[in-house]
Amino acid sequence: MKKFLTTVAAIGAGAAIGLGAMGASLAATPKSGGVLDFVVPSNPPSYDAHQETTFGVIHPLAPMYSLLIRVDPNDPQSSAFVCDLCVGGVPSATDGGKTYTFKIRTGVKFHDGTPLTSADVKASLDKIVSPPKGVPSSRKATFVMVDSISAPNAETLVIKLKFPSGAFIPALGAPFNWIYSKKDLDRQNGYSWHKTHVNGSGPFIFKSHVAGSHIEGTKNPNYHHKGMPYLDGFKAIIAPKMNLRVQAIRADHAAIEFRGFPPKHRDDLVKALGDKITVQESDWNCGNLVVFNTKMKPFDDKRVRRALTLAIDRWNGSKYLQKIAIVKTPAGIVFPTHPLAATKAELEQLAGMWPDIKKSRAEARRLLKEAGQENLTFDLHNRAVDQPYKHVGTWLIDQWSKIGVKVTQKAVPTAEWYSKFRKTKDYQVGLDANCQSVVNPVADVAKVLCSSTNNYSQCENPKLEDLFEKMNKESDQAKVRTMMREYERIVLDEEAYIGHALWWYKINPHRSYVKGWKIAPSHYLNQQLDNVWLDK
Amino acid sequence: MYKYVVNRVLLMIPTLLGAAVLVFLVLRLAPGDVCEMRMAGTGLFADPEAIAICQDNLGLNDPKIVQFGRFIGGYFTADLGISMWTAQPISHEIEVRFKLSLQLALMATFLSVLIAIPLGTISAVKQNTWMDYAVRTFSIAGIAMPSFWLGILIILGLLISTQAWFGTPWMPPIYYVPLFEDPMGNLSQLIWPALATGYRYAAVSTRMTRSALLEVLREDYIRTAHAKGLLEKLIIRRHALKNAMLPVVTVIGIEFAFLMGGLVVTEQVFNLNGLGKLFVEAVLNHDYNMTQQLVMLVALIFIITNFLVDLLYAWLDPRIRYA
Repeated sequence: MKKFLTTVAAIGAGAAIGLGAMGASLAATPKSGGVLDFVVPSNPPSYDAHQETTFGVIHPLAPMYSLLIRVDPNDPQSSAFVCDLCVGGVPSATDGGKTYTFKIRTGVKFHDGTPLTSADVKASLDKIVSPPKGVPSSRKATFVMVDSISAPNAETLVIKLKFPSGAFIPALGAPFNWIYSKKDLDRQNGYSWHKTHVNGSGPFIFKSHVAGSHIEGTKNPNYHHKGMPYLDGFKAIIAPKMNLRVQAIRADHAAIEFRGFPPKHRDDLVKALGDKITVQESDWNCGNLVVFNTKMKPFDDKRVRRALTLAIDRWNGSKYLQKIAIVKTPAGIVFPTHPLAATKAELEQLAGMWPDIKKSRAEARRLLKEAGQENLTFDLHNRAVDQPYKHVGTWLIDQWSKIGVKVTQKAVPTAEWYSKFRKTKDYQVGLDANCQSVVNPVADVAKVLCSSTNNYSQCENPKLEDLFEKMNKESDQAKVRTMMREYERIVLDEEAYIGHALWWYKINPHRSYVKGWKIAPSHYLNQQLDNVWLDK
Repeated sequence: MYKYVVNRVLLMIPTLLGAAVLVFLVLRLAPGDVCEMRMAGTGLFADPEAIAICQDNLGLNDPKIVQFGRFIGGYFTADLGISMWTAQPISHEIEVRFKLSLQLALMATFLSVLIAIPLGTISAVKQNTWMDYAVRTFSIAGIAMPSFWLGILIILGLLISTQAWFGTPWMPPIYYVPLFEDPMGNLSQLIWPALATGYRYAAVSTRMTRSALLEVLREDYIRTAHAKGLLEKLIIRRHALKNAMLPVVTVIGIEFAFLMGGLVVTEQVFNLNGLGKLFVEAVLNHDYNMTQQLVMLVALIFIITNFLVDLLYAWLDPRIRYA
């Protein structure tokens, strides 16, 4: 495990250096003071991250909360975790990989002055892992391995697993697992109290929320990471229109937007502001998936599915699409820079990733002919969102036209898009997305598992189920990697239930005076802002 | 008059009930619901159990008649309920936006009246002269140009020109500050959207003023006033303009009501936290409670505005008497 984490860290560090934008802020000495104004594309739903799933709740409210462990804010590319409320490093498992014992920091206080103990951590994790009846928890399913959580004393938290699992620590480090005060959870309506109230122990204290406009936080002088936060406060301004967010940065009404802009907006900002803009870029733990409805003819025939994925020239398409859309890297089902991801040589063995596109398309035509589908036409069910759905959809239609397949793009609003996938299931081929927070491949690839409620292909494959279960219970990463290759081969090649289009690419142009913040592989990560400072 | 007012107020009830039935049914025809949007709308793993609990907690699984009863009962007892998206009271969510929308509507109305009545009058009095042609060109351009597009041009124009002249790009503030807290900040944000929407509004009103005035100027009593030797200014101000104002007031009333809830795109362009933007978000998020109450609010604004316009008729033209 240690070797695995070291490898992850090395790759992450390499990626960070390669990006180049972070070097300057690493070298400078942080200055205290100032208020960071940033724009958020989404109006946050309730304040309770345990049940919400949008970054709209993370960006303005995560700075007010602490986590038990978190992605390293100084090296968020690494996928390594560090303690936030625990002491020392993230503990290694004992008891054959089944027990984790966390030492909880002393002297930490919630913003209302209540001391934080292991009982608060236990109560919060209990709400996430095994919520009472009638309380929704959006991440309960990621903790299937957890057997019990106990707090034998105020400074100790013990989590026992049913089986050893490499997916546990990343699940625990998810940015939504905010630690609430047990006192608040024990209130008469405790499990809904956090939907409308904020009381955390994070670097910033909730100051105000003007509905639909902005959320403000002020510095927590008692923050447990000494010397931080550097900022006096922040203002998260809600601005749904992308053009306006770009112009807001240009006019310095906001210094940064943490989700990500398309390449054109990056270029526009750099052109307008020169060195007053710094750009950070990273592979993004989100990808578009072409989903074939295996219960719908002719997509019940794997030759047709395979032909359609073989027709897509991902290697060349990436070169052009990355200039206009937030996509870039061609890869398999695992986040491209993760050690569990396929190497280029391994990828080139998979359907649709062959280096010779002519050979690939010839094989696609042969398969369609063999299946009696030479004049195939179908509708592509897509989400009416430009970046990157409609861009990728348009590109796919062009790729399929190269093998004589005629496709019509049907882009619909988000609710209808989901409804067709999840309820009516009356689509032929759809463009879906797999967008995750912490890079946790074993959990992330559950998306393409046939029994997953989020896999809309309606496939059935006991072999995949078996492989997934084994991966989940295996702590030897070399063995997990071997199993992952087989799992990937079945999904993308042999059965071609899913065609992985391209991985997204995160581009964050921001005012150069914003220092300390480092781009993570997800817009959900590294948002506590305690190490951010303003060089003004 | 008293009987007329009572009748009009009573008529509001079936009108509002009709709007309530319509919005309730139309909303439920669209696929998807707020729980799916909240818990599955991001591409993250969506736990079906969590979605089911959320639907249950929000009463989405209750019979439709129960849901309708809850909605209409709450409306008529001034308990607007809770937003399904933010879990905050709807009255609070609307209150925050109402101030901005009202201020913007008043500013745009003020600007439009300030522009439309003098220009429309000049255009009518100086019919078929270069002044008339200039005013007509100005007003046709205003009608043809969507306010949101003009808004985009204003923002880009401000950014480019301020960068060119002062070296630092400037655009209007992107969040609202109340007028009495920071008058300069407030006006520097709202004057631009008020101009963008006020221009179109003024264009419509200018044309209406012109045509109404032209009609009145051809009436016998105006000819009589001229024959009596009254001053031109006096004839126009006292005899013609007041009588020509009936259709203009109607247009102003309708436009004002429209501005209160209909500035959907312009509010997005300027990032104004008004009722129009809230409307869009509520519809996209499938927040039934919020959408229903917003539709009812806009319906009420339209009904009240029309009612006030009708009352104004009697003041403008004493011949009109309601019974």
